[in-house]
Amino acid sequence: MITLKNIVKTFDGNTVLKDISTVFEQGKTNLIIGRSGSGKTVLLKSTLGLFEVDSGEIWYNDRNFTQMNEKERKVLRREVGMVFQGGALFDSISVEGNVRFPLDMFTEMSSAEKQKRVEFCLEHVNIEKQAFKLAPSEISGGMQKRVAIARAIALNPKYLFCDEPNSGLDPETATVIDQLIQTLTKEFEMTTIINTHDMNSVIEIGESVLFISKGEKEWEGTKKEILDSGNQKLDDFIFANKLYAQMKKGQ
Amino acid sequence: MGFFFHIGRYFSMLKRVFARPEKHKLYFRQLFHEIDNLGVNSVGIVIIISIFIGGIMTIQFAYSMANPIYPSELVGLGTRDTLLLEFSSTMLALIMAGKVGSNITSEIGTMRVTEQIDSLEIMGVNSASFLILPKIIAVVFIFPFLYIISVFFGLLGGLVTGPIAGVITIPEYIDGIQWLFYPYYITFSIIKSLFFGFLVASVPAYFGYYVQGGALEVGKASTKAVVNTNILILFFDLILTRLLLT
Repeated sequence: MITLKNIVKTFDGNTVLKDISTVFEQGKTNLIIGRSGSGKTVLLKSTLGLFEVDSGEIWYNDRNFTQMNEKERKVLRREVGMVFQGGALFDSISVEGNVRFPLDMFTEMSSAEKQKRVEFCLEHVNIEKQAFKLAPSEISGGMQKRVAIARAIALNPKYLFCDEPNSGLDPETATVIDQLIQTLTKEFEMTTIINTHDMNSVIEIGESVLFISKGEKEWEGTKKEILDSGNQKLDDFIFANKLYAQMKKGQ
Repeated sequence: MGFFFHIGRYFSMLKRVFARPEKHKLYFRQLFHEIDNLGVNSVGIVIIISIFIGGIMTIQFAYSMANPIYPSELVGLGTRDTLLLEFSSTMLALIMAGKVGSNITSEIGTMRVTEQIDSLEIMGVNSASFLILPKIIAVVFIFPFLYIISVFFGLLGGLVTGPIAGVITIPEYIDGIQWLFYPYYITFSIIKSLFFGFLVASVPAYFGYYVQGGALEVGKASTKAVVNTNILILFFDLILTRLLLT
């Protein structure tokens, strides 16, 4: 579980996050939604400590992240997996090298054990063996995202962060990625936070949804409640897509 | 942003670079890769440039010392001392700042803008140390070797070109390059090349590490890195020459 308490973040006097508090629950896919530029990525990166918050507290279970020094944060980050928007795979190493990297860096596993773990992770995200030796630039965008997920789960993380994991993917592949993240979240009992503006993802896997607008928390609930939230800003965001307006009308 | 801001951030980056590595084995693997990538891959261009410069200098010295009152050995001596004192250390460092420096900035800068550096940080890896330390060690290690290779091939270039151009004979040239030889010149230039190696790796790494934006900004950062590295090389050349040679 990750708890945010009154998070405020400013850049050059411009307040990007305004007093945001929420709880991301373990074993659930927690979605942060909002328009482009609403502060989703800043919130995600602040939670990870890539941006320092101006005020507020971030708790990873009973550990206060905001009070930790850099050394303590490094230890905690070994419990964190992250899937970046563009995959952020290391260009200079192969697909399996990418997944092996955190194992090489942080474990004392034997070479055979590492190989077994790499194969387990890659097979879990449905990457075929023929692709193991390829460079990231030689595989498709959807596969890159899946390899990024495999790398993120390599060290058995307790917390999984995904920044727009299905951006730039076709709807079918996007659904596969969403379902994969949800399955892994349940299987490994992770606290998963997904940043997205894709309503399909919300309807598909939004067990807990936080809607932010212009850096403010506007609404919180589940995918079942979202179409009847009564929040005007959220309605404007969702029903910009006519399909969801028709869904609400039961058409 | 001000000059002092960059100085402060550069030293703060260096503090992170020289932190204790997470896993020595991986750093060593990275170090050997960088020695090959940044050092060994530069040997060819160093040889080509040195042969040509050695040859050109020999012809120019012969031309400017055509007066019979000058001993013919001065041509070899002039070529040798220019190579030993300035060309094979400073000029080569300027050339390497263009080749190796822009490579370092674009590699690290691309990793920054594609979030690969963020990815390392989130894993708990000290990205500054993991990416930059092996490059600094590799370049500092390889520079003295490149210096020696450059001197050797520069002298060889003069030996081949001088007689072909008909400006000096082989015995005169060989006598010249042995005449009034001070071994301290080599020590002095190797000290310089160690300093320059550090600058050629660390300054471009700084510009790449803190780049923001996309491909365009990475390109601009590479240009800035090369220009600033060149200025710093010349500045330190002046200081080191003043301190060590006079």
